[in-house]
Amino acid sequence: MDFVDFPAMSRGDLRDLRVTIDTGFREFTRAYGEMLENIFHPIQVLLVFIEGLLINTPWIIVLAALALMIWGLSRSWNIVLGTVIALCLIGYFGMWEDTMRTIAMVAVCTLIAVVIGIPAGILMARSDRANSLITPVLDMMQTMPSFVYLIPVVMIFGLGKVPGVIAVVIYAVPPIIRLTNLGIRQVPADVLEAAEAFGSNGRQKLQDVQLPLALPTIMAGVNQTIMMSLAMVVVASMIGVRGLGQPVLQAINNQYFTLGVMNGLAIVAIAIIFDRATQAYGKRLQKHLEAVHG
Amino acid sequence: MAEAIHDIQIKNLYKIFGPNGQRHVADVQAGMTKEELNAKHNHVLGLDNINLTIPAGRIQVVMGLSGSGKSTLIRHINRLIEPTAGEVIFDGQDIVQMPQSDLRQFRREKTGMVFQKFALFPHRTVLENTIYGLKIRGVSDKEAEERGRRWISRVGLDGFEGNYPNQLSGGMQQRVGLARALTNDAEILLMDEAFSALDPLIRTDMQSVLLDLQEELRKTIIFITHDLDEALRLGDKIAILRDGRIIQQGTGEQIVLRPADDYISSFVRDVKRGHVITVRTIMRKGQRAETPVTVPVSTLLEEAARAMTDAETNRANVVDPQGNHIGMVTLSKTVAEMIAPDDSEEVNPDALIA
Repeated sequence: MDFVDFPAMSRGDLRDLRVTIDTGFREFTRAYGEMLENIFHPIQVLLVFIEGLLINTPWIIVLAALALMIWGLSRSWNIVLGTVIALCLIGYFGMWEDTMRTIAMVAVCTLIAVVIGIPAGILMARSDRANSLITPVLDMMQTMPSFVYLIPVVMIFGLGKVPGVIAVVIYAVPPIIRLTNLGIRQVPADVLEAAEAFGSNGRQKLQDVQLPLALPTIMAGVNQTIMMSLAMVVVASMIGVRGLGQPVLQAINNQYFTLGVMNGLAIVAIAIIFDRATQAYGKRLQKHLEAVHG
Repeated sequence: MAEAIHDIQIKNLYKIFGPNGQRHVADVQAGMTKEELNAKHNHVLGLDNINLTIPAGRIQVVMGLSGSGKSTLIRHINRLIEPTAGEVIFDGQDIVQMPQSDLRQFRREKTGMVFQKFALFPHRTVLENTIYGLKIRGVSDKEAEERGRRWISRVGLDGFEGNYPNQLSGGMQQRVGLARALTNDAEILLMDEAFSALDPLIRTDMQSVLLDLQEELRKTIIFITHDLDEALRLGDKIAILRDGRIIQQGTGEQIVLRPADDYISSFVRDVKRGHVITVRTIMRKGQRAETPVTVPVSTLLEEAARAMTDAETNRANVVDPQGNHIGMVTLSKTVAEMIAPDDSEEVNPDALIA
């Protein structure tokens, strides 16, 4: 027996296997592609709507609205001031429209991630079985190179916004699922027992005790999801998502150093704004833990 | 105010922890010990044939050291733990057999519970914690807050309604725990080592709070403790638990005077007997003494001794609650009984039953 070369299946068989699967998937795409596109169409509508709103509204109003939102989350003038300065610089260097597109994209992706992620996290927290089934899926979503799952997504949806959103959500949803699960599981058993002893049903326990106590952890998950969505904008630009990623991609292809750095810094600036704002919000949620009795 | 009129009857209650507890009940009933069960089947015997009647409107103390099963026992009354076999009867209903919705109803309306580690909701203010029980059964905000404030005030937390539990000391947190349980306005109050986590002084303080409240409320209270002094101070009835079995039950006086075995003897040895035993136990029935001192039959030895020494006499007459003369006690006998167990024939065994 030959121990040097691994006894692999023959090249012919391997090729046949690949061809069979590829053909099958192509047929699936042809048969169901349009239906799937219709199902996901609302995402496109939402994204186009938010994009239009951010781009077509006078910049001063958008700036004020963003500053107000950041104030609402963080209650910190420093963060608001930083936001306004960063956005003004971005606008001055001609990146306003791309930045708005990216913010719209991140907003939609985060929204979808929250809508999927929190229920999934709750399910994992309530059932150990769901936990053991979903965990490896999350591991796969986080480690699989994003280009690999871009292939089937592009085969089904072609190039455009929707496949971009799907790719970003696949990449960005795991932290919010994991942290929702973790947050609920970390609720102290004695507090839960107290809720039980007072006759709470499952929904009341979730609503009144588990979710409120898990909320700071869940917010950490939202923060992570936003950061990962932003990290994906360059990759998403490869499949036709417009925004700050596209000039970066262009800069890579043409070795435009300054263009790359400027757009890269704009992404960083948005990331820092959202990170500080959501973290400050998460801290505010834990206010009840702050003033500890001496 | 819900008046406590129903006894709680616990009948042949068994709890065996482990995946197949049900299967080993018969073995335990046939006399298998906790050690054998653990060695042979890897199951833990939590409660072993508990039979206990908890009288309505009284304080039933369940005492035992850690691992004796006392916290397990109290969780069977509101079924936070499912029993392996047995019945818990309240108001003609077996709590063990209740469907989930009835059980929730029972917990909401008939019980309140206080926990050793307080188990307050950290994200809710004192007031929001207090009205939790009312909120989940759908009482309106206005009424709930009104009732909540009344109890917060009753436990001495006026002005702290808007504070978070973390901002309060341990003793104050447990007052919130008590207010939360009382606001439910239920017949049964379950207290699982409620004061064990508190400093000795605050513990005594909270015991007084509880006794004051009980004077007025007359709830059926099940109080778990590992502290004999606390048990004797609070308990109208005391049950002592060891290895999941009740090894003695009765009044504090009965247990101190007649410990059922060496284990309990070792417990009661250090008790301040003068604080527990009454003159009923040592009086000479029917005899009368020439003395200015007269004490009721329920007087504690220490108080009787003080009354006699204050009056510089060594005899006291004893009267029943109606004021009729029923006997007398001597100072020497009183003091002798206070310092050590005394088995002389002067102890009147009939008195224990009365």
